[in-house]
Amino acid sequence: MDFKDYYSIMGVKRDATQVEIKRAYKKLARKYHPDVNKEANAEAQFKELGEAYEVLKDPEKRAAYDQFGSNWKSGQDFNPPPGWDEGYEFTGGGPAHDGAADHSDFFESLFGEQFRQAQQGQGRAEFSARGQDHHAKVSIEVSDAYHGATHSITLTAPEIDSSGHLVTKHRTLNVKIPKGVKQGQRIRLAGQGSAGMGKGKKGDLYLEIEFKTHSLYRVDGHDVYLDLPITPWEAALGASIKVPTPDAQVDLKIPAGTKGGGRMRLKGRGIPSDPPGDFYVVPQITLPAADSDEAKELYRQMEQKMAYNPRSKMGV
Amino acid sequence: MTNEILKGDLLDESVELSLNELCQACSSSTEWVVELVEEGVLEPIGYQQTLWRFSGSCLDRAHKAMRLQRDLHINLSGVALALELLDEIETLQSRLMRIEQSNNG
Repeated sequence: MDFKDYYSIMGVKRDATQVEIKRAYKKLARKYHPDVNKEANAEAQFKELGEAYEVLKDPEKRAAYDQFGSNWKSGQDFNPPPGWDEGYEFTGGGPAHDGAADHSDFFESLFGEQFRQAQQGQGRAEFSARGQDHHAKVSIEVSDAYHGATHSITLTAPEIDSSGHLVTKHRTLNVKIPKGVKQGQRIRLAGQGSAGMGKGKKGDLYLEIEFKTHSLYRVDGHDVYLDLPITPWEAALGASIKVPTPDAQVDLKIPAGTKGGGRMRLKGRGIPSDPPGDFYVVPQITLPAADSDEAKELYRQMEQKMAYNPRSKMGV
Repeated sequence: MTNEILKGDLLDESVELSLNELCQACSSSTEWVVELVEEGVLEPIGYQQTLWRFSGSCLDRAHKAMRLQRDLHINLSGVALALELLDEIETLQSRLMRIEQSNNG
């Protein structure tokens, strides 16, 4: 299993005071909170940070962790020596936040057991409690948002078995993705979360929609963008050309004198919704290579006959 | 694995939740949701509390508020401010993306 250097994760020195550790945690938590930071790895970093803080904020855990010394670096292969925690006392502090419930293997191997014992020792005050909600992402194609689709999703969730050990459970669900979904939107599957305690209801499962990157289309809300390469003569003279959309191929009229960089709107051809999104074609004028005598000759003819100076406004 | 196909609720404007349903989905107290409404974080339809209807995006927002409050230990006014600023950043980023696109041609 990989060693975790909690000090470098928190960006503090090994002799940092508890106040410095707390301050570092607060700063980084605001920076990496997944609701604030849209980077793909923000959630993982936030969890790692929570775990690091959980150990370093607790003087007992920190002292136990510190015996591994500064020679260890994150990512190094690590196994705790037998009896490593002998002589260290744990009263068990709760997690830094509920989101820290899923710890790394490294944390589990060091503090997992004491952690659960301490939690059990504290006991649950309420007799009935609603089950936990689960969250997962589902990656879909742009065309799924046009037509709707059924996705098979395998979820992995840690569970505590009857003997108190942590086990990983897999389950597969077939879920209907309705048409008209947007990036980041969530689907709620009531009662598909964890079982409740006592008379508590089951939690819910939330699936967050994520579009796979497409080689042609970009998605912005319900609008879809396509970069469309066109020839200089199509741009200059106008043309009727075939354009792909996630729904169907359409004929698009390029008006004479089209400039690159503008966008043409195909109203209502975006992702279906009420009102539907639009489909935007962004023409990109591409130049044919002068890679034959004939092509060179044509460019030369243009040079001679067209009297075109794109720099006329520059006074040169 | 079963072959059953699950159909969930897409959390958009067409979903309608009562105050009670929203509290259940958030495992929260009624007071907490009322406070969110008072802060302007959630804008239900309906004048009276008993008639309030919350959209799916309200549920999204309530969850976000809950995570921010829990993880960053900020009070509800702070949460409201953070959410408004996040909305603004999102609007600006999407505008920026459109401007960059039309400049690339």
